[in-house]
Amino acid sequence: MPALPKKKLLRLYHDMMLTRMFEDRLSKLYRQGKILGGLYLSTGQEAIPVGTCAHLREDDVISPVHRDLGAFLIKGIEPRFLMAQILGKETGPSKGRDSFLHAGSKRLGIIPPTSILASTIPIAAGVAFAFKVRGEDSIAVSYFGEGGSNRGDFHEGLNFAGIHKVPLVLVCENNKYAYSTPVEKEMAICCVSYRAESYGFEGVTIDGNDIFAVYDAMEKAVEKARNGGGPTLIECMTYRIKGHSEHDEAKYQPAEEKEEWKQKDPIARFKKFLTESGHLGESEEQDIIDKIASALDEAVKFAEESPFPPGEDALKHVFATNEEP
Amino acid sequence: MPEITMVEAIRLAMKEEMERDESVMVIGEDVGMYGGAFRATEGLYQQFGPNRVVDTPISESAIVGVALGLAIMGFRPVAEIQFADFISCGFDQIVNQTATLRYRTAGDMFAPMVIRAPSAAGVHGGLYHSQSPEGWFAHTPGVKVIVPSSAYDAKGLLKAAIRDDDPVIFFEPKYLYRRAKDDVPEDDYVIPIGKANVLQEGDDVSLITYGSMVHHCRSALEKLEAEDLSIELIDLRSIMPLDKETIYASVKKTNRVVLAYEDHKTLGIGAEIAALLSEELFEYLDTPIVRVAAPDTPVPYSPPLEEFYLPKEEDIVKAVHKVIEY
Ligand SMILES: Cc1ncc(C[n+]2csc(CCOP(=O)(O)OP(=O)(O)O)c2C)c(N)n1
Repeated sequence: MPALPKKKLLRLYHDMMLTRMFEDRLSKLYRQGKILGGLYLSTGQEAIPVGTCAHLREDDVISPVHRDLGAFLIKGIEPRFLMAQILGKETGPSKGRDSFLHAGSKRLGIIPPTSILASTIPIAAGVAFAFKVRGEDSIAVSYFGEGGSNRGDFHEGLNFAGIHKVPLVLVCENNKYAYSTPVEKEMAICCVSYRAESYGFEGVTIDGNDIFAVYDAMEKAVEKARNGGGPTLIECMTYRIKGHSEHDEAKYQPAEEKEEWKQKDPIARFKKFLTESGHLGESEEQDIIDKIASALDEAVKFAEESPFPPGEDALKHVFATNEEP
Repeated sequence: MPEITMVEAIRLAMKEEMERDESVMVIGEDVGMYGGAFRATEGLYQQFGPNRVVDTPISESAIVGVALGLAIMGFRPVAEIQFADFISCGFDQIVNQTATLRYRTAGDMFAPMVIRAPSAAGVHGGLYHSQSPEGWFAHTPGVKVIVPSSAYDAKGLLKAAIRDDDPVIFFEPKYLYRRAKDDVPEDDYVIPIGKANVLQEGDDVSLITYGSMVHHCRSALEKLEAEDLSIELIDLRSIMPLDKETIYASVKKTNRVVLAYEDHKTLGIGAEIAALLSEELFEYLDTPIVRVAAPDTPVPYSPPLEEFYLPKEEDIVKAVHKVIEY
């Protein structure tokens, strides 16, 4: 356990709670029919985006995927704008063009995900290569699931990153399932981190439900990347508590297995530490929750009151020449 | 004859073909125990076991490549790409490996395989769960491309595709999976690849379409009913090969053509048909050919944007009026 100041610890706790409470709101909105298309939640995996993004600077660039809601928030997208994005509103980063977390921002350093799994890994390698070519000490961080790591883009991206020793941290969220497919049917090895070695850099496997383990591993990887030491792959072992998406009952996940992992909930674990070590009193905790709740009330209100984009805007932004129709 | 949905018809086609022919296999993501993202393969794993219903990792290139290897060895694999939008990840295996095999071996080797993929929009899928990539493959010599519009057709066409000795890409408009319902015969029937279906005969306009647009064309026809017009509605069924004979016969009769498709307008199937007609039947055309299609943008997510993007029945009605009033 690292000696982190109280303020920092409570920040991490706040960010994990924010992620969970944000997603709880999404779940509600989904049931009200206000979110169209798929809704993929990160319940039980919140420590990973939170513990990794905690080390990033404004000038660093991330490429998150569908279960990284926390990363978008920590990297700076305000909850109200992210909420508007998810509801398909004009005020979201993609102005209604793309769905769910498919939101990016050049200013904030967020490469927008597409649904095409692992496709952003070579892109993040390219971003990191740009930092290296320019002699800057910024880094890129690429997130992906263990399922996505079976696509060619993962392997091609890692190989390039290894050859050029680019400042890239690869964060694998190994939640044991790719949709319905258990990890044993996805790969013949136990750990995605093994794959890093064959591309010439270090891979580590850690407990992704332990915020301190995530925080520590990321600290080392970031320092190495900033100092010219090249990429690291951090495989965070975790578990997908909910179905693949909100419509999936996930009957293929054994009940005992789910129950066992619920006991390892990263937020409950962290809270236990914080209370037992005297960092988090009851009123402090209530304060954090109240603040998040009212920020989310505001975000939902903003998003719901925001207009949808006008239909003919569909024609805008294909090329520079048609920014305005 | 029970009434079943398109997705059930697709499942039945695979089941019956697997019962009929031991060389037929199913391969793809989540197709086994889970029964597929859209439940198209439900029950097949339980019935045929893991050697014939194969779950794969998220590896579209390997799904197509492995299917090709199996096909070379005499199997008849039916590969599922979870969404047509992800077929691009297996593009090389399709266009450079699969499509060319027969040609480059002068007929010695060939690829009797099917690639199924749910395609097209209308379900708020956004950019990556809505695409209609049939044009890419129709442009690739060596693969056949089918887009069914009904449960009945889906069953008969998929059976034909499985029995075909060349690779067939079978795009299933997911908008129709549960909306399209038909009385589908329980016994074996095959609908030939490369034959269009004249759904309604008429003398004034040839309305040529396929996939989910067939349904929008039908509702456009209902709107046009009050007007004294005689419209011939043609469902292409096969995009490649195109049934030129049926198209030409219709146009020779009507002399006016509206082409409706959900893909981007530029270089879509309608562009090819319009070019063919101007080359082959120029003297039969009384008016310019009109295309109703999506604009050349990605498929947007937000409801008003998707609504604007998708070609609709009003657009079809307008296009029909345009050729009539020309
Ligand atoms: C190239 C590609 N193939 C298939 C899919 C469909 N799909 C979406 S998420 C998913 C499972 C992803 O598993 P993983 O990468 O482990 O991430 P997780 O959802 O478990 O967080 C699948 C198969 C996709 N989005 N992209």
